[in-house]
Amino acid sequence: MGSNSLHVLKGINFTAEAGELVAIMGSSGSGKSTLLNILGMLDEADSGDYTLDGVPIKNLNETKAAKYRNKFLGFIFQSFNLINYKSALENVALPLYYQKIPRKERQVRAMKYLEQVGLKEWAHHLPSELSGGQKQRVAIARAMAAEPKVLLADEPTGALDSTTSYEVMDLIQKINDQGNTILVVTHEDDIAHMCKRIIHLKDGVIEKDEKVTQVRASQYV
Amino acid sequence: MGFLFDKNTWQEIFGSIGKNKTRTIITMVGVLWGIFVYIGLSGAAKGMDNGFEKVFKTVSMNSMFVWGQSTSKPYGGFKTGRQMQLKLDNVTELQNRIPEIQYIAPRITLGNFGSDPIYTVRGQKSGTYTINGDYPVYTKIATKKIFDGGRFINDEDIRQARKVCVIGERNLQELFEKDENPVGQYIRIGSVYFQVIGVHKMAQGVSFDNDGDIFIPFSTYRKLYNSGDNIGYMCIAAYDDADVVQVEKDVKSILKSIHKVAPDDDRAFGSFNLGEMFTKISGFAKGLTFVSLIVGIATILAGVIGIGNILLISVKERTKELGVRRALGATPNEVRSQIILESVFLTVLAGIIGVILGAGLLSLINNMTKDLDFPYTNPTVPIPYVLGALAIMVVLGTLIGLIPAHRAVSIKPIDALREE
Repeated sequence: MGSNSLHVLKGINFTAEAGELVAIMGSSGSGKSTLLNILGMLDEADSGDYTLDGVPIKNLNETKAAKYRNKFLGFIFQSFNLINYKSALENVALPLYYQKIPRKERQVRAMKYLEQVGLKEWAHHLPSELSGGQKQRVAIARAMAAEPKVLLADEPTGALDSTTSYEVMDLIQKINDQGNTILVVTHEDDIAHMCKRIIHLKDGVIEKDEKVTQVRASQYV
Repeated sequence: MGFLFDKNTWQEIFGSIGKNKTRTIITMVGVLWGIFVYIGLSGAAKGMDNGFEKVFKTVSMNSMFVWGQSTSKPYGGFKTGRQMQLKLDNVTELQNRIPEIQYIAPRITLGNFGSDPIYTVRGQKSGTYTINGDYPVYTKIATKKIFDGGRFINDEDIRQARKVCVIGERNLQELFEKDENPVGQYIRIGSVYFQVIGVHKMAQGVSFDNDGDIFIPFSTYRKLYNSGDNIGYMCIAAYDDADVVQVEKDVKSILKSIHKVAPDDDRAFGSFNLGEMFTKISGFAKGLTFVSLIVGIATILAGVIGIGNILLISVKERTKELGVRRALGATPNEVRSQIILESVFLTVLAGIIGVILGAGLLSLINNMTKDLDFPYTNPTVPIPYVLGALAIMVVLGTLIGLIPAHRAVSIKPIDALREE
């Protein structure tokens, strides 16, 4: 809205392979959230190419972007962003609703993912009745429900204490072990080192792109 | 439009409005109240309209009375202040010269308009009543309900100048024992015995007579009271499509020429035009219906605007939810149609509940006014009015839903998700 435009990202070039677990690190203002938003098709880059699973992502109108998001992407937010009047099960089933999957099947599939994150018993509880860690696990189940190509996690542990953070990271690692591609934006070093690759951003450019030895979160749980 | 018939769409909408009960109820109250007022008001006005109609049903609505007064202007060699006396042959003349006249009934009466009522006796009981000399045609103008087993005066009564009479309910109570059948019995009116041939029922609403009036054949009356060709006044009924005001003018001007009265003498003949009165009253009732319609629709409008307002606020409140939905793959159209459908659904649901409550109110009013001596009958709202109001609500609900729906999709999902 402002008249002053700000170039946040100034030339980013990287490729994530299928099955990778990539951490995007950087201090605040480094452009990591902007990058994630572009990857998430919530925002559009001024220039450059973005190819997802062989599909060039460009000239998106809102409707097309919505379709792609639904098909290709799963989002995990720092503040969980669960719909507060829907039960855990209904929250997980929501992306499937937008895939026009019938209610019965939606619930069966949602239940399967809730079971995976260990919240089967909490399926009919409202988000307000869940702890922070549980909410994030519901959000992860929701992101998984549509079986996306890529999971995008924006500070998934930002609102959680460290024990819960490790639980969530353990879950993310397990999902990655099943072959899912995951991008995690974080500014926490220990969280970043639980991924397989760290991209350090600074002032809109990639400062360092390194493969790291993954620290398993399960050892802290 | 296929999504309208998709079970999933509706499940999602029910989920959304069912789980935000406070919001849903507050939203609905506006429209509910609007349509409730609309139904209540227009039904009440219609009840009044019906009431008037029922009141006037007992008399011909195009009818009038004409009687003689005294002249106020000298004319044709006659001085002013001459008393006018209507004659029987005036009736024939009027009927021959004014084609709009359907029925004309000359009447003569005693015990009314300043003359003393007639002392009437049966056995040990007595009373004083008004006596009317009538022709059978009178019942064409003022409907007389005669109780079972009786009849009104007929042509044969006139021809033979029979001493028969039709009495009212009050006469029956005052002159006869309870449960006594008066038909065939005799009563003495003045000094002459009359056989009772019928009892007329008191008519609700407008009536020319009261329930203590006694009717006897005109021919009997003139013999008895030596009134010759004189008549007291005339009841005239015009055809339904005739202009009664014009007929009234014509009648008076013909009477003036017969009786040699100055054409511009307005006091020589008096008249009372029921048709004109009726037009005025029914015009008043129609005006009332119209006003209530306007007020009702305005109230509905206010209610719908209220819905729009609350939805707009709720969209703001739901920015995050809508952002999440879009991040999860809801297209702008899906978000938009969800908001509009919520709006329309709430409007229609509230409308239907309002109609039901309004109908309940009307039936309550109906029960309360049923036995009341008050021109009020059958307060109803015609179905087309109800459907029309519902249609207006659907259209307005859609239009008003467009505003919050547009607002909902104009916020970028990324902005919606950003922490406040």
